[in-house]
Amino acid sequence: MTPHSNVLFRFAAPQAFYGLAGRLWPWVATLATVFGVWGLWIGMFVAPIDFQQGQAYRIIFVHVPASWMSMIIYLAMAFWAVLGLTFNTRLSGMMNRALAPTGAMFAFLSLWTGALWGKPMWGAWWVWDARLTSELILFFLYLGFMGLTASIDDPRRSDKAGGLLALVGAINVPIIYFSVRWWNTLHQGASVTVTQGSSMAQTMLWAMLLMALAFWLYAIAIALYRIRTLILEREKLTQWVEAELRPEGAS
Amino acid sequence: MIWNSAGEFWAMGGYGLYVWGSFGVTVLLMGGEVILAGRHHRRTRESLQMQAMTRDSAQDSVQDWQA
Repeated sequence: MTPHSNVLFRFAAPQAFYGLAGRLWPWVATLATVFGVWGLWIGMFVAPIDFQQGQAYRIIFVHVPASWMSMIIYLAMAFWAVLGLTFNTRLSGMMNRALAPTGAMFAFLSLWTGALWGKPMWGAWWVWDARLTSELILFFLYLGFMGLTASIDDPRRSDKAGGLLALVGAINVPIIYFSVRWWNTLHQGASVTVTQGSSMAQTMLWAMLLMALAFWLYAIAIALYRIRTLILEREKLTQWVEAELRPEGAS
Repeated sequence: MIWNSAGEFWAMGGYGLYVWGSFGVTVLLMGGEVILAGRHHRRTRESLQMQAMTRDSAQDSVQDWQA
């Protein structure tokens, strides 16, 4: 066994991961704040007005990062679900529970900021278009995951059921992403693609990417923070949690 | 600086409601999530500490009784 996989297995144990997450999250949260402030500064004070959409285009600086994160978090959950279902790792289920509320929040923000952008630009808060509808389904998938895992008391069975939903629901993510190409939609196509680069002005693009990075780091930080609560709950009868909870063992 | 005045900044070229409605709710939800997560962690710790203490005292009384 290589030293590298040793490290992975060591942190797959909830006790070790509890410590690691506790050390990591403050740094990740700090980075998220730095990039968020930087991105907002460029987005709100440096980037020029858009010649077509006026100042309303600035919604892009929250709308696109939130939408990306809503999809990325679901894919991350599907990834942990595969690990959990194949290797029976205990941490995977907890990881998914830690991620789901943040994913749901980003999916909601995507819809909310989209509505506030759609109204002045399209004249409608909402249209039943492929992009919007598939994002709404993603939001419901998150809520479904949270409801399902909360309704099953046995942690192992609950993790398994949640994992299956995360896995099956992941099919919706490419549908969201490619919806603007597969169907005629009111929603505009991608402004940034891997193959064609960007169609945006440099400063606008920078602000958007910085905000996306900030949201990504935020999601990592809050998931690392939340998984510690979940680990304590799950492992409450173990000796290490008892030791951890002693008044002198702070944090 | 692209703005001539604070008023111009807040007006967002007439799109203030939409722009600030988007940014405001984003800040509200992310901030709210941070506060809720922090509160949940503290409460979990407190209740688990309480449970551990009751277990300890239950054990003590068993030992007293055995002695």
